Amino acid sequence: MGDSKIERLISDDGIRCDGRRLDEIRPIEFQLGVLKNTDGSAYVEWGKTKILVGVMGPRESHPKHLALSDKARVEAYYRMASFSVEEWKSPAPSRREVELSKVIREALGPAIFVDFFPRTSIDIFIEVLQADGSTRCASISAASLALVDAGIPMRDLVASIAVGKVEGKLVLDVQDKEDKTGESDMPMAYMPSKNAVTLLQMDGQITHDEFLQSIELLKKGCMEVYKKQKEAIEKHFKGAVSKMEEV
Amino acid sequence: MSQRIVPAVKRKQIIELSESGRRMDGRTLTDYRDISIQTGFVEKADGSSLVSIGGTKVVAGIKFEIGDPFPDIPNEGVMQVGAEFVPFASPDFEPGRPDEVAVELARVVDRGLRESKVLDTTKLCIIPGKKVWIVHVDVYILDHCGNLIDAAALAALTAMLTATMPEACIEGDAVNLTGKRLPMPITDIPINVTLAKIGSRLFVDPSFEEEEVLDCRFSVAFKENGMLCAIQKGESGYITPEEILRAVEIARDKSQEIRKKVVEALKLKNDKVGEP
Repeated sequence: MGDSKIERLISDDGIRCDGRRLDEIRPIEFQLGVLKNTDGSAYVEWGKTKILVGVMGPRESHPKHLALSDKARVEAYYRMASFSVEEWKSPAPSRREVELSKVIREALGPAIFVDFFPRTSIDIFIEVLQADGSTRCASISAASLALVDAGIPMRDLVASIAVGKVEGKLVLDVQDKEDKTGESDMPMAYMPSKNAVTLLQMDGQITHDEFLQSIELLKKGCMEVYKKQKEAIEKHFKGAVSKMEEV
Repeated sequence: MSQRIVPAVKRKQIIELSESGRRMDGRTLTDYRDISIQTGFVEKADGSSLVSIGGTKVVAGIKFEIGDPFPDIPNEGVMQVGAEFVPFASPDFEPGRPDEVAVELARVVDRGLRESKVLDTTKLCIIPGKKVWIVHVDVYILDHCGNLIDAAALAALTAMLTATMPEACIEGDAVNLTGKRLPMPITDIPINVTLAKIGSRLFVDPSFEEEEVLDCRFSVAFKENGMLCAIQKGESGYITPEEILRAVEIARDKSQEIRKKVVEALKLKNDKVGEP
């Protein structure tokens, strides 16, 4: 990090390398119902990050012995396409993908009324087509919408965003360059109406004060993502309603 | 089904007991179980440590190997953390490749160590851009009585703190070992503390039966100077932002207590602790 001075990521007047303010999120566009063969699907463009999510279920659990007698089994599969990052990535799941699949499942699980669908499976398939930072946050946020599209009853949407520390400053919605050269990365997933944090991770080094500020900034960021999610739902179902009106 | 009913009954019992600040094993909510640390347990390893937290038992071993650096950090050594769940450690463990629980554990332990910069990897370079030391930190779970993350992190840390590394010398293009041993380039003593949220209460150092019924798990690692260096929320429940702040406060106090214990325990065996 010694030569990071040569290429500054934040200018003196607090503008980041992609032109954003410190607490500004990237342009985010969600779209529901983009796939034909799934029960629910969503697509997100989050800056340059592009992710497609498909939900299958609730459907018969397979293999059967894994079925839970009192609730649905939720599984998440987070995978990055081999061409989604700078260098070719082997399509075999890495340790990172295994861990992210687990934490994403645990971030979405609390939102789903799993006890409505005993003995079934709800499978969430996430395919990162292009990765430019915060892919787990974008995945969780888009997967919430795919679950909505599948008509699965939920307690709330799960909105997710990350705060990083770059050149000693806290920045909202970390992109790839900031993530790679920054001092820390802290993603959070949040259900606003429940005041429930369903994912929180951090790596890097931050002081206790920075930690407190990060939590506040993360809540603000999640609320902005939440708003975008709601707009996407409204847009999707408004289209459906106007189609019904035509009949 | 029976496996799910018993924890449900226990959960009620654990929550009721916690209302008076007690736990099934007699601890208060903020008590940590007894910790024992036995370093140098495996002589053939470059460093090792057998750690117990209550009944939980974990052994970590360090092995050095000469290898190639990563292209983006050609002048730095490489640290790799792995976790193996030995089948006799729990009736729930099965033989085979590490599953997602083992992968998560290894990656959480790895982050705590890596992000605190516990090991100065710039001192592990042999020939810049060509040969570096690869440090394998492998943790074996031997007996699972709860809180594997803290036990694994502590075993890995204490094994590193007491490890020595081989000295290499370059002759022409060849890398040879002098047979001498050098101290590890250690720069910090990061401590990981895990809490469980059960109902509306936080339980420090959850036991196995508490883990079976928890809503979620919260782990945070602190450097010596009090900075946070890793966080992981785990399992399928949620935690509120207010509870997170409380958990971090409690964990900070606990991390200082544990660090004191580590320093005391290791000083008995080795005066070089914390010395670069």
